[in-house]
Amino acid sequence: MSDYVLSIQDLSVTFALHDTEVQAVREMNFDLRAGETLAVVGESGSGKSQAFLGIMGLLAKNGRATGKAVLGDVNLLGMAPSRLDAYRGKDIAMIFQDPMTSLNPSLKIKTQLSEVLVKHRGFDTRKAEMTTIEMLERVGIPEPAKRANAYPHEMSGGMRQRVMIAMALLCQPKILIADEPTTALDVTVQAQMLDLFKTLTEDFGTSLVMITHDLGVVAGVADRMMVMYGGRAVEKGKVDDLFYDPRHPYTLGLLHSTPHIAHRAARLDPIQGLPPSLEHLPKGCSFNPRCAFCFDRCLEERPPLTPVGDEREKACFFEGPLQSKKVA
Amino acid sequence: MLRYATRRVLSALPIAFIAVTVCFFILRAAPGGPFDSDRPLPPEVLANVRAYYNLDQPLFMQYLLYIGGVLRGDLGPSMSSYDFSVSELMAIGMPFSLQLGLTAFVIATAIGVITGMIAAVYKNKWPDYMLVLVVMIGVIVPNFLIGALLQLWFGVYLRWLPAGGWVPGSWAHLVLPVAVLSWAHAARISRLMRGSMIETLGTNYVRTARSKGLGERLVLARHAIKPALIPVVSYLGPGLSYLLTGSLVVEQIFGLPGIGRYFIQAALNRDYGMVLGTTLFYMLLIIALNLIVDLVYAWLDPKVRYR
Repeated sequence: MSDYVLSIQDLSVTFALHDTEVQAVREMNFDLRAGETLAVVGESGSGKSQAFLGIMGLLAKNGRATGKAVLGDVNLLGMAPSRLDAYRGKDIAMIFQDPMTSLNPSLKIKTQLSEVLVKHRGFDTRKAEMTTIEMLERVGIPEPAKRANAYPHEMSGGMRQRVMIAMALLCQPKILIADEPTTALDVTVQAQMLDLFKTLTEDFGTSLVMITHDLGVVAGVADRMMVMYGGRAVEKGKVDDLFYDPRHPYTLGLLHSTPHIAHRAARLDPIQGLPPSLEHLPKGCSFNPRCAFCFDRCLEERPPLTPVGDEREKACFFEGPLQSKKVA
Repeated sequence: MLRYATRRVLSALPIAFIAVTVCFFILRAAPGGPFDSDRPLPPEVLANVRAYYNLDQPLFMQYLLYIGGVLRGDLGPSMSSYDFSVSELMAIGMPFSLQLGLTAFVIATAIGVITGMIAAVYKNKWPDYMLVLVVMIGVIVPNFLIGALLQLWFGVYLRWLPAGGWVPGSWAHLVLPVAVLSWAHAARISRLMRGSMIETLGTNYVRTARSKGLGERLVLARHAIKPALIPVVSYLGPGLSYLLTGSLVVEQIFGLPGIGRYFIQAALNRDYGMVLGTTLFYMLLIIALNLIVDLVYAWLDPKVRYR
């Protein structure tokens, strides 16, 4: 397993509520190769963000992650926060959805960046600030020496997200987790940001996990993708395979509900119904109430994730061709 | 920053002027006067005395004369302590009141901030519950009751501390008054700090700081305390006026030689000059400290500086 930088085994995330528990992520498994980009796709509430917050030890107080997250030869899960701090920010870094609130408003940019180098690389303040300025330049911030002295509120959303990227990459981590990094940005800025992700992770040999609900983003950057629904992975495989030949009705539904420049006139075909409540998942396959291919077995049994062809897995009993029939 | 400070100082002047004016007229609207007593003065004497203090002039004229005096730095004579001017009486009481008030203010703010932080970090665990209990006592129980209880307990039963009075230079005599004054103030600060710190600890930027692996101590010290202090600092101004008005009562309870004692006496005797003088003093103090608070605020929250 040495060619994997991160190996996730049976990851579950549970939140304790007043008198009950909610499972946000169930038995998730995947391996991340060095230098590759994995897209994790799903609707809001599919557990895609919580899974990675769990790996980073950043869950809310009532949350708990179980299973294994093996980075090199250590298991990050269940590690005391003080030990985890030796890896967070150094080997595995995370970028969050909302750049407007993810930077500390009362500290200068250079303070927030250089502290990472001081902590993990043992740099003195001056050297750390110089490296910070170099990194700001690399992520495309004009006049980096001047901007380093700015406060976050003096920058635009796109600039702040660039700062976040610079911050995450300071220690050249093995893994970068980007949680919907472009969702809060203007469309014009989104494309630039994706380019930036691509070039920088290639330069540093960093593996990228791109959490998103935007299939356009997936097509732009990812090598492999994992589709999540109701806290579980329902289909995994290479991006091209899943785009051209989806095997799970939910993946197909996602593709149908994405605008495509070649079919401008066509109306979008959204997936009917709403994502399930994690407290009351339907019996059998979680997707069955919304699925057009659903048959009796789907109502009783939950389909396990099974290999289908080259590096592909799906969790669906339906074996026929999906393309002919419309979802839902 | 300097321009911001100048602007704030200049805007404080009209506030002071308006406050003096309002005080002057409210005081005159109160029934009675400085020379009403059980045994009335003979009419001729009264007329002379009234003329001496300008009380025979029309009210507006008196106001102009008073403002004129204040601008020249003359607060006028006291109307009940005949041989003294208001400034002289205040000079006697001021150092003590300042010492008492500021000591209590500094101690209370420090205690409030620290306990609020501890309560937030240990939210819903026993240190939090203990602190909330002590804090609630401070918020609910009025200072004259806390004062009396502490006097009784530490001064009379245990005899650890003097129950009241003042010996110059004695810290022991300050302990109980400062404790009473600080309690309520520290309690309010602590409550504010707890809430604000809990909110800050839940923000995205604290999550970012944790994701960088900085360690919990650095996350708290560098990323959480400064933003959490912002609402606390903005309360310090009003909080200080609570504390200072409380100190009038506390000085009276503990028989301390501050301005508070003169103020209460003066109010009862309708000693116009003295009441106005003390009001003016406290007002300037509050304005000055509010100004300092605003400047600290600008340091904490960079966005404020640019407005």
